[in-house]
Amino acid sequence: MDFQIAALLAQDGLTNGAIYALLALALVLVFGVTRVIFVPQGEFVAFGALTLAALQMGKTPGTVWLLLGMTLAAAVLESYRCGRAGTWRRWPREMLVLAAFPLAVALASYFLAPLQLPLWAQVLLTFCIITPMGPLLYRLAFQPVAEASVLVLLILAVAIHFVFVGLGLFLFGAEGSRTPPFGSGGFEALGVNVSNQALWVYAVSSALIVALYLFFGRTIFGKALRATAMNRVGARLIGASPNFAGRLTFTLAAALGAASGVLIGPITTVYYDSGFLIGLKGFVGAIIGGLVSYPIAALGALLVGLLESYASFWASAYKEIIVFTLIIPVLLWRSLTTTHHEEEE
Amino acid sequence: MGQVLIRLDQVSVSYGRVEAVHSVSLSVAPGQIVSVIGPNGAGKTTLLSATMGLLRARGGLEFLGENIREWPVEQRVAAGLVLVPERRELFADMGVEDNLLLGAFQRYLKRDRRINSTLDEVYTRFPRLKERRVQLAGTLSGGERQMLALGRALMGKPTLLMLDEPSLGLAPIIVREIFHILAGLRQDGVSILLVEQNARAALQVSDYGYVLETGEVALHGQSDELAQDQRVAASYLGAARKGNP
Repeated sequence: MDFQIAALLAQDGLTNGAIYALLALALVLVFGVTRVIFVPQGEFVAFGALTLAALQMGKTPGTVWLLLGMTLAAAVLESYRCGRAGTWRRWPREMLVLAAFPLAVALASYFLAPLQLPLWAQVLLTFCIITPMGPLLYRLAFQPVAEASVLVLLILAVAIHFVFVGLGLFLFGAEGSRTPPFGSGGFEALGVNVSNQALWVYAVSSALIVALYLFFGRTIFGKALRATAMNRVGARLIGASPNFAGRLTFTLAAALGAASGVLIGPITTVYYDSGFLIGLKGFVGAIIGGLVSYPIAALGALLVGLLESYASFWASAYKEIIVFTLIIPVLLWRSLTTTHHEEEE
Repeated sequence: MGQVLIRLDQVSVSYGRVEAVHSVSLSVAPGQIVSVIGPNGAGKTTLLSATMGLLRARGGLEFLGENIREWPVEQRVAAGLVLVPERRELFADMGVEDNLLLGAFQRYLKRDRRINSTLDEVYTRFPRLKERRVQLAGTLSGGERQMLALGRALMGKPTLLMLDEPSLGLAPIIVREIFHILAGLRQDGVSILLVEQNARAALQVSDYGYVLETGEVALHGQSDELAQDQRVAASYLGAARKGNP
């Protein structure tokens, strides 16, 4: 391997790694705040890529129907709750808060999809379709069992993953899609071709990571989420309810998933079930960070990307095996070096 | 507003099938410090947790004239009911100032603009916290942690402050400081429901007292009268030892 190939592989690896980093951050965030190991995060990635691909072809993406279905289910659940608590006076307002945005997005995508909007508008629409699924999913699946053990929450997450993959097949069919790159061409630096697409991925991922950093470090909502992850009882006592924290967290996770999907769409062909494998690679990164540390998780995800890239050069048939085998030494190292915290309560 | 801030009417609390608190009735009037004393395991902490909404209670629970029994914790916080728990429950990996600002979380939701002036008030009351504003909460000493927990609660501008064993695990000199602060809070019109094992200090600082034994109110009365009561003196004030110093 000469320098040029090594550099190309590094560029490839870092590009994928940057996307895995977004996933790893979302997984660390969701686990910290809600104790859910969020297996279906990968499905948000696949849905994001496929939604953008459908919009590119001028079709109303199938995820719009999924969004409407989830909204309807949540509306039924809320109505039932209102009926039981006898708070019908608040019902119209709750319905408005719940359904206004999803309905507006659904109408917008129905009418705008055939118009062949510019790429940035399609990306924006993709975000608007995928992101509300996060809080809806929390409301429907996790909020009713928020106090359950980590294992129960994990089983639920796996179940949702299977449901979403099935729905993905139903809504998008079995064919894969690839979206056009954001930037074509590239330039030469130090005798290596740097593609504009890779630069886009680096720029967007870095911007999102900086945005997350500012959100958690500077805003009261970000601090409240960190507080919830640190001390659940303490967070309740300052009036940050677990439901609020859960919905906000899942909103962020879905948005990060959509971003990963939009970024990965031009790099690889995405099928309805591609999300799982992509999500798992983010998970390896998150594990390297012990599901607690954001910076180590992000670096771990970059390492996963690089490892995958070089592995595909030397032993391409084994690249997935090599990446996932990385978990074993990492877990050994973590179990030997970190002190175990007993779960409080 | 009536003469009563909070009223517990025959409140019972259970863990599963075990009832830890049996029909306890008590009330706090505005501007009062009311203390609940009693031995370990009498149900004092359980009572506060249920009042805060961390545990389910049966019976009547009224705050500012409203039935709050079915309210979630955050709604009670928003209404001005704030608890400083026995274990402090601070955000250990965050700085002192962030812990304090988070105490005003519900006020941020209500777009309250006076949060920074409350922060200044808390810093004036606890100069030690101002010195340590950027230090992580987890690295504070026990006394400082208790002050931070108190300060965080005050950031919420509570109508009723509930304190669970504020003196627990602290050196006597710090305990004195904490009770001094409580007396100061009372002068500024903060109403307090105080749960304590340190009966002598609690009765000294409070207006009215309840003695909780095995989940029931065994005695109640004006604090100075309770302090004179023989049973209280014998069980909680260590009067039996008075004879042989």
